[in-house]
Amino acid sequence: MCADQGRTRRLLLVPALFDEANRMRRFTVEVMRRLDVAGIDCFLPDLPGCGESVAPIEAQTPAGWRMAMTAAARHFAASHVLAIRGGALVMPELPGWAYAPAKGAGLLRQMLRGRVVAAKEAGREESTEGLLQLGLTGGIELAGYRLSSDFIAQFHNLELHSSEMISTIDQAMIGGPGLWLRAEPGEDAAQADALAAAVAVGLAA
Amino acid sequence: MSDTIDQTLRAILSDVLGLKPGQAAGFTADTGLFGHLPELDSMAVAGLLTEIEDRLGIVIEDDEVDGELLETYGGLLSFCQKKLG
Repeated sequence: MCADQGRTRRLLLVPALFDEANRMRRFTVEVMRRLDVAGIDCFLPDLPGCGESVAPIEAQTPAGWRMAMTAAARHFAASHVLAIRGGALVMPELPGWAYAPAKGAGLLRQMLRGRVVAAKEAGREESTEGLLQLGLTGGIELAGYRLSSDFIAQFHNLELHSSEMISTIDQAMIGGPGLWLRAEPGEDAAQADALAAAVAVGLAA
Repeated sequence: MSDTIDQTLRAILSDVLGLKPGQAAGFTADTGLFGHLPELDSMAVAGLLTEIEDRLGIVIEDDEVDGELLETYGGLLSFCQKKLG
């Protein structure tokens, strides 16, 4: 998805990951709309294996995702980047912002736990630690994503690497509860206004 | 302290369920959660538990997660109070 009018300020958005991508998609698009109105071209690619991408998810790694986002930034001649949540783990080397960046271990733990809860409902006993080891040795399906052992091994230790080019935008600066917490996708106009404003002001500086 | 746990837990449920301000204040000990709220699927439950861990500073083990834990608001609250007590 993109809003390209050949303007000089060009923002690549790196989406949230996995389940959070669904919950944050609407919000992310709302932020894009506002930035478009503010005179900023916006580009929101799918990560390989996610969204409408036809690439097989089991062949992906976080390093591959970062390369894909770097290629997308080059393709769209992006001047800046805005990564949402776990998107910050695979963002390209550009000046920009990480909104409420998540750690790989935290996202993974939540997906492992989701599978443990689902197994329990079905009358099976699984454990997060056992599933993690399974994932590290032979790959594992989590939240509907078939992730390879390479993916799990890389992702497990992934954190936002600090860079002078990237500013972190914490949820406290946006106000209200983060929409990634929602059980069902939601929207919040005030939060979209706040994030778009933070980016637009930063780009104008 | 007990009141604070109660308030934090209501705030978390409010954030996860997308409730309007004040709505979670109407939860009683008997208010049903998992199995009563269709939006609480297994991934949402995982998110809820992780958020409880983060905000209350507790660790919830796999074997503590069962139907009973999330059956009612009162059950979840007393679990958290015991964890912190």
